[in-house]
Amino acid sequence: MSATASPKRHALLRKRKDIAFQVVAVVATSIAIAMLVLLLVDVARRGFGGLDLSLFTNYPSRFPDQAGLKSALVGSVFVIGLTAAFALPLGVAAAVYLEEIAPNSWLKAIIQTNISNLAGVPSIVYGLLGLEVFVRAMQLDRSIITGALTLTLLILPIIIIATQEGLRAIPSSFREASYALGGTKLQTIGAVVLPMALPSMLTGTILALSRAIGETAPLITIGALTFIAFLPDGLRAPFTVLPIQIFNWISRPQAGFHERAAAGILVLLAVLLLMNAAAIILRNRYQRRAQW
Amino acid sequence: MRQSAALSARRRGRQLWFGLNTRSVAEGAVQNLLLLASLVSIVTTVGIVAVLIFETVEFFQEVSILEFLTDRQWTPLFTQQHFGIAPLFTATVLIAVGAMTVALPIGLVTAIYLSEYAPDRLRSIVKPILEVLAGIPTIVYGYFALLFITPILRAIFPQMQTFNAASAAIVMGIMIVPYISSLSEEAMGAVPRSLREAAYALGSTKMEVATRVVVPAAASGIVAAFILGVSRAIGETMIVAIAAGQQARLSFNPLQGMETMTAYIVQVSLGDTPTGTIEFKTIFAVGMALFLMTFLLNMASRWLLRRFREVYQ
Repeated sequence: MSATASPKRHALLRKRKDIAFQVVAVVATSIAIAMLVLLLVDVARRGFGGLDLSLFTNYPSRFPDQAGLKSALVGSVFVIGLTAAFALPLGVAAAVYLEEIAPNSWLKAIIQTNISNLAGVPSIVYGLLGLEVFVRAMQLDRSIITGALTLTLLILPIIIIATQEGLRAIPSSFREASYALGGTKLQTIGAVVLPMALPSMLTGTILALSRAIGETAPLITIGALTFIAFLPDGLRAPFTVLPIQIFNWISRPQAGFHERAAAGILVLLAVLLLMNAAAIILRNRYQRRAQW
Repeated sequence: MRQSAALSARRRGRQLWFGLNTRSVAEGAVQNLLLLASLVSIVTTVGIVAVLIFETVEFFQEVSILEFLTDRQWTPLFTQQHFGIAPLFTATVLIAVGAMTVALPIGLVTAIYLSEYAPDRLRSIVKPILEVLAGIPTIVYGYFALLFITPILRAIFPQMQTFNAASAAIVMGIMIVPYISSLSEEAMGAVPRSLREAAYALGSTKMEVATRVVVPAAASGIVAAFILGVSRAIGETMIVAIAAGQQARLSFNPLQGMETMTAYIVQVSLGDTPTGTIEFKTIFAVGMALFLMTFLLNMASRWLLRRFREVYQ
C-alpha cells in the first residue's frame, strides 16, 4: 500500500504511527504506576480504620477486632536486628576481601560468580536450607536465631554486591596516598577505604534489610509459627514476624481479618518507607561531604 | 595482570611465613579472616546443593523417578499417594507464562519510553516509582491479588474460582514489570548513540529508531531480562500461595485454582508433617526441581548479558 501512496501521504502515515506509538508507550508506562496507586489506595481504604492502638498492643486472636500485631512486631524487630548483626560484618568483610585483597585468581572468579548466582536463588530454597541445616542438623529449633541465620544467608549477596560497588567507586589515588605514607594494606583499608565506603555499605545494608523484613516464604519454611500469644524470652524462642501474621490474616475468610491484614500491611509499608528514607538521607548526606 | 596477582600473592606469603614483626602476622591473620567471610557464600551454595541432593536421593529411594516425572497426580498428603510433579510443574509454568504476557509488553514499552522518549525530568520521577514497585513485599502483592484483582475478575467471569491462576499471574506480572523495564532500559542505554543518529539522519521517526534500531541492537539484553523475569516468576512464592490456591490440579484453565511448586512447599511447611517422612521429603524434591529450573534460567540470562557486553565495548 505504501508503495502506491504518494511520498507525502507516506510520510504522514509514518508520523501518525509515531504519535500512536508514543501514546501506547505513555499508557504502558502509566499502567504499572496506576497499579501501584490502586494497591496503595486499596490497602489504605481497607486498613486505615484498623490502625488503632489495640493493633500494636494485642496478641493474635480468634476475633478479628481483638487481633493484634504485638508478637509479630517484636518478632520482626528481634529477627531483623539479629540479621543485621550477622549480615553487616560478614558482608562487608567478604566485599573487602574480594575488592581490596583477593588476587585475580580462579578462586576470586568462582566466589564472584557464586555470589551473583546466589542472588538469583528463590528465597524459599533458602528456607529449605535453613530447615535442614539450622533446625535439624544444628538443633537450633524453629527459633529466632534460625530465622536470623536464614535471612542472613539470603541477604548476604545483596550486601556484598552493594559494598563492592561502593569500594569500586573510590579512586585508587586515595589508596596510593596511604601506601605512599607507609600504610599497610589493612591500615589503608581501615583508615581510608572503609570510611569512604561507609555510606554505600550502610545504604546497601538498609536496602537488604528492608528486603528481609518483607520476606515471608523462607520463614514459613523453617517453621515460624502463625499464632504466637507471648513475647520471645530469648534467641531460642519460637517466633512470628509481621509478614507471616499478615499472611495468616489474609488466609482467613472473615472480612474483619482482611481489614486487620490491610492495617498490618500499612504498618509494614510504613517501616519500609522509614528505612528507605533513612538510606536516601544517608546517601545524600555523605555524598555531599565526600567530593572526589 | 597475572604478574601482579603473583606478586601480591608472594607479598602475602612473605607476611605469613617469613614475617617476624607482629604487624605483618596480624595483617595475614585478618586477611585470612576476610577470606573466610567471602567463603561463606561458597559454603551456602554447597549447603543448598548438598541438602537438596541428600533429601532428593532419599526421596527417590521410595518413589521412582519414572513416577515422579510421568504420573499425572500429586497427592502426597492424601491416603492414596501419588507423586507425579506434573500438576505442580504445569501450574508453575502456566502462571509464569501468564505473568510474562503481562510483564514483557508493559516492561519493554516502558523501557522504550524511558530510554527514547521521556524527558529527563519525567524519567527522574518515573524510575523511582518503578523502584518502589520492585521494593514492595510479595505478601502485599498476594493481598492485592486475592482481595482486589480476584473480585474484579470474578465480576467479569462469574465461573471463576476464588483461588485462581489468572489473578496470581496478573499481579505477578505487575511485580516483574520493574525488573524487565530497568534491565531493558539499561541494555538500550548501552546502544551507541551513533546508531540512533545514523537512523535519524536517514529520516527515521522516533518510533522507527526505537523499534528497528535500538530494540534489535539491545535484543540480547532484553532477552536476558525476559529470562530473568521468568526465573523470578517461577521462584515467586507468596502471591501464588495466597491467590492461586493449594489444590494440585493438572489444568490449563486460568480461571481455576492450581498449586505451584513454591505454593506446595508453603502448604507442607504450614502443616505439621513430621520430619523424615516421605511427605516431608517431597518438599526437597520439589525444591530441587525449582532450584534447577531457576539456576538454568539465571545462567542463560547471564551468558546472554556477557555476550551483549562484548559486542559494544
